[in-house]
Amino acid sequence: MPELWEVTKLIRSKNAGPFELTFDIMFKNAEGFRAVQQSGRLSAELFSRFYRVPVEKVRIFVLEPLLTIKVTIPRPIFSGELEDGDMYGGQFHGPLVSLPID
Amino acid sequence: MPVKKLRAVAAGGNLSAGFREETLSRAAKQGADFIGCDAGTTDSGPFYLGSGQARGAREVTKFHTGLILREALQAGIPAIFGSVGHAGGRPHLLWMLDIVRELARENHWHFKLAGIDSEQDQEKLAQAFLAGEIVALDPAPPLDENSIRAAERIVAMMGVEPIQCALRMGAQVVIAGRSSDVALYAALPLLRGIPRSVAYHAGKILECGSACVSQRYYPDCMVAEMDEDGFTIEAPNPEMRCTEQSVASHSLYENGDPYQLVESGGTLDTSGAGYQAVSDRAVRVTGARWRPADVYTVKLEGAALAGYRAVSFAGIRDPLVLRQLDSFLDGLRRVIERKVSDSPGLKPDQYTLQWRVYGRNGTLGPLEPETQDIGHEVGLLIDVVAPTQELAAAILAIAFHTGLHHPIPEHVGLISNFAFPFSPPGMNAGPVYRFCANHVWKLKDPCAPFALTMEDL
Repeated sequence: MPELWEVTKLIRSKNAGPFELTFDIMFKNAEGFRAVQQSGRLSAELFSRFYRVPVEKVRIFVLEPLLTIKVTIPRPIFSGELEDGDMYGGQFHGPLVSLPID
Repeated sequence: MPVKKLRAVAAGGNLSAGFREETLSRAAKQGADFIGCDAGTTDSGPFYLGSGQARGAREVTKFHTGLILREALQAGIPAIFGSVGHAGGRPHLLWMLDIVRELARENHWHFKLAGIDSEQDQEKLAQAFLAGEIVALDPAPPLDENSIRAAERIVAMMGVEPIQCALRMGAQVVIAGRSSDVALYAALPLLRGIPRSVAYHAGKILECGSACVSQRYYPDCMVAEMDEDGFTIEAPNPEMRCTEQSVASHSLYENGDPYQLVESGGTLDTSGAGYQAVSDRAVRVTGARWRPADVYTVKLEGAALAGYRAVSFAGIRDPLVLRQLDSFLDGLRRVIERKVSDSPGLKPDQYTLQWRVYGRNGTLGPLEPETQDIGHEVGLLIDVVAPTQELAAAILAIAFHTGLHHPIPEHVGLISNFAFPFSPPGMNAGPVYRFCANHVWKLKDPCAPFALTMEDL
């Protein structure tokens, strides 16, 4: 089964301020974008499960002209807290890279 | 009367990250109305706000500031710096003003200098909180009048108005404490009649310097030419190109919502914006809308002291230790806690001792889905935070030395489990802060909390 990175040109996470995380998933082409969209794999439930945030706090933006899916969640741990291991939020996307897609 | 065209130059995305001298020179000589440069962010965590220290080295900051001032003074245009010293507090503002004065003295430059202070009187803020003027954003750390008073430092993020006030008073160089990146680029265009929707959208694209190009090889300058209908964005460095895709995509970066950008006084809505290439390296942007807010607010950023940190890093290569790592670390923690309660006499709830196991789940911690996977070695970060630096160092010394010789059943005799790359194995990492506010403050006068000082150099 192909993994998400094979149909994207960029998968990244980053702080959107110290209290939120945002994920940008940019696709190589319309086929990959539509296939992943139709698979329903990048759902609010998936982000809720991966990052342990309430499902109603997951915001998904589908930017079709940019072939991009953007997802924003509250940070599970605020940036700079003693328990935070990723101050810039730049590696939270790791598990998404190898996400199997149908 | 139609608005004339106005050219804004962003020297870079962050003053301490720098830019190419020749690019700034070219941009200024092509005709610029002002040069702006953002110097701060909360991205690097709460340390800079809490400690009052700048992120960039003074010498490096002075070098880049000197290049900007030289171009601005030669062209006879304003230079506007925002969020100076990385966090934009009072110590950061004073540090940057000192750099500017030194440059003026050394180069025999003469200009009117404005300094705008973003740091807030915490007793006044506590009163504002009690009066219901301070409202939490979502999510936000808990804040009340007592935590406001106890915070190490709180800054308010200024909108365009305090910067405009400085420009109206004739400042050629404006050094602003914590300020909205967008406001720093929108302040002067608004004074010259550029519509808010254009000035704020241009500011949003400019604020990261060359980040909106298709391939950013290194940090550099960016230029926006604004008029009453829109703006054209172009990289002054001939090696970099703005494309429709690269400029439109930039609105994604670091923004929670790609279309709604909340600023002091209103929201920029870019959902209807159009991006059209006008050459193979410049893009025309039109169609954003500005929705004024009912109440004017400024964002508050605060840092509170959380303790003092000491850290140690060790490699573990013994397969027998690795295969029982969790029980090894749990047992080790119990021994350390007992020793620490003997001397220096702290209970486990009076300090924190954290392991980060790099090679297993050091990066994501409890969120790591693949915790079973462990390789032939791990890096163990031992992280202690305690009420004083001395206590943190004392606890860390107990922790790393206890761990070094902590037994496992398979080896009989004294063993050494930890491979330390450094001597001493432990390092003091200084004070640790946490962000204590993600709130807005309702204001009647957008300039009131921002003290402005003017001086002739």
